[in-house]
Amino acid sequence: MNDSESPHKWIASHVAGLPKSGIRDFFELVMSMDDVISLGVGEPDFDTPWSIRKATITALERGYTSYTSNLGTLELRETVCRYVQTEFGASYDPKTECLITVGVSEGLDLALRAVLNPGDEVIYHEPCYVSYAPNVIMAHATPVPVITCAEDEFALDPEKLRAAITDRTKVLLLNFPNNPTGATLSDRQKLEISKIACEFDLLVITDEIYAELTYEGNVRTIASYPGMRERTIFLHGLSKAYAMTGYRIGHACGPAPLIDAMMKIHQYSMLCASLISQEAAVEALQNGRREMLEMKQQYLERRNLVVARLNAMGYSCMCPQGAFYVFPDISSSGLSSAEFARRLLEEERVAVVPGVGFGACGEGFVRCAYAAAIEDIEIAMTRMAAFASRLKQAVPAEASITA
Amino acid sequence: MNIREDILRLLRKNARLTCEQIGERLAVPAEQVAAIIAAAEADGCIRGYHALVQDSAFAEQGVYALIEVCVETQRDGGYDPVARAVSRFSEVSDVMLVSGNYDLLLIVEGQTLQDVADFVHSKLASLSGVRQTRSHFMLRRYKQSGFLHQEDPHHERLRVTP
Repeated sequence: MNDSESPHKWIASHVAGLPKSGIRDFFELVMSMDDVISLGVGEPDFDTPWSIRKATITALERGYTSYTSNLGTLELRETVCRYVQTEFGASYDPKTECLITVGVSEGLDLALRAVLNPGDEVIYHEPCYVSYAPNVIMAHATPVPVITCAEDEFALDPEKLRAAITDRTKVLLLNFPNNPTGATLSDRQKLEISKIACEFDLLVITDEIYAELTYEGNVRTIASYPGMRERTIFLHGLSKAYAMTGYRIGHACGPAPLIDAMMKIHQYSMLCASLISQEAAVEALQNGRREMLEMKQQYLERRNLVVARLNAMGYSCMCPQGAFYVFPDISSSGLSSAEFARRLLEEERVAVVPGVGFGACGEGFVRCAYAAAIEDIEIAMTRMAAFASRLKQAVPAEASITA
Repeated sequence: MNIREDILRLLRKNARLTCEQIGERLAVPAEQVAAIIAAAEADGCIRGYHALVQDSAFAEQGVYALIEVCVETQRDGGYDPVARAVSRFSEVSDVMLVSGNYDLLLIVEGQTLQDVADFVHSKLASLSGVRQTRSHFMLRRYKQSGFLHQEDPHHERLRVTP
């Protein structure tokens, strides 16, 4: 079959050009093995708190199985706006400035498609969540990565940001606390970045899905900084802090014209988020705080354990102040991040994600998620230490042979 | 952060954690954890350690009763003299002063139903200051000290996600 007969000819060129997620091949390898302890999971290991699951059941019992307003139920939007005001310091009108989305993933897609024209540039920071650059490309715009590095604790360096801005730059996409590094921004860093956004008249789309999982430092959203409310789309959801990934519930808050533009796309594509999930989200945000904080405390204890063990193995990593990831530097192993992850999996049955899956600058690092039972994490760290010590012994031997 | 409270909170959930494990989780040296635990044991803050074992692990499973007790308060000491006297019986595992229609709530354990009945009849009811008792025999235990006795079936998540 030649190219003109192949079904490939139907695929849009900008989609055909999208790279497959770098994690996909590794995922297949992990799934083919038994007795694996996975530190490769980007979702909480906790079940959704029972009171939230019970609210879901009640919604079903009452027959809440219909469509809702395209924006989402008013009760949830009011609850979200109160929560965002109290927790993150930005106030929005639930009637016009809040849209309930199918997770932050949909919110991000809507925001990008609503504002981007072909040729526009979007600055984002790497290493980052795998979907950012593809999402920008799918919106027919150009993704422009700015590298963050271990020396800056993976925070966005304002000078590097400034250097990446061109006259085509329209959007700055932020994700702090960050997946995969666990990095957060200090008050001062948020202020500096917000000043640059104002100076260059950028729209900021901020994915703050891990906001509650900030262990030290303030959780004020950048949307609450001077001059930012008018130029920020705040994306947040319940997947991570409330362990509700499968509910697919997120929310976008921003100036009414932008929310209205996003709503147009949402109403013609997704229509609305699941009502059952919206009911559960109301329960989570109104009454789920105690259980959310209990989960957060457990993440904190796991983080302490993982950071101490990795540094003891010689894989230096900062003590991240957010999310549930650590991003150790494994370059001393002499292996690429993909090779390191493959051998660790095959030899010790521990899954971590190669850093290169989160951007080229993630080479030399791996992502370890501590969203796993602490007993499993302890075993995984012991296995990883054995692996590290074998590599240390092997490296000089190999070096002497080649010399 | 109150390190002593954090250590005690972890021990309440799992008393078999080593000082090294606790230290790693709280980012505190293991020696400091050991010292704090030793102090808490010495000052009586830690009253003891026990394993939470399913009743079904034993050939003779025993009988448990929750017993409500109405108390005639004493001029000196209120409820305390009766509560202390009740607490001394080896059959009684828990004693609480509670609000509501009665005053003390006890958990009593015996080998047989008759053991518990005899305890109530001959020891508890005859105690000076005890006005009235009402016994509820336990039929089945579902949750104890924060642990479910029967876990839900495990739902396996994806092993690698972005």
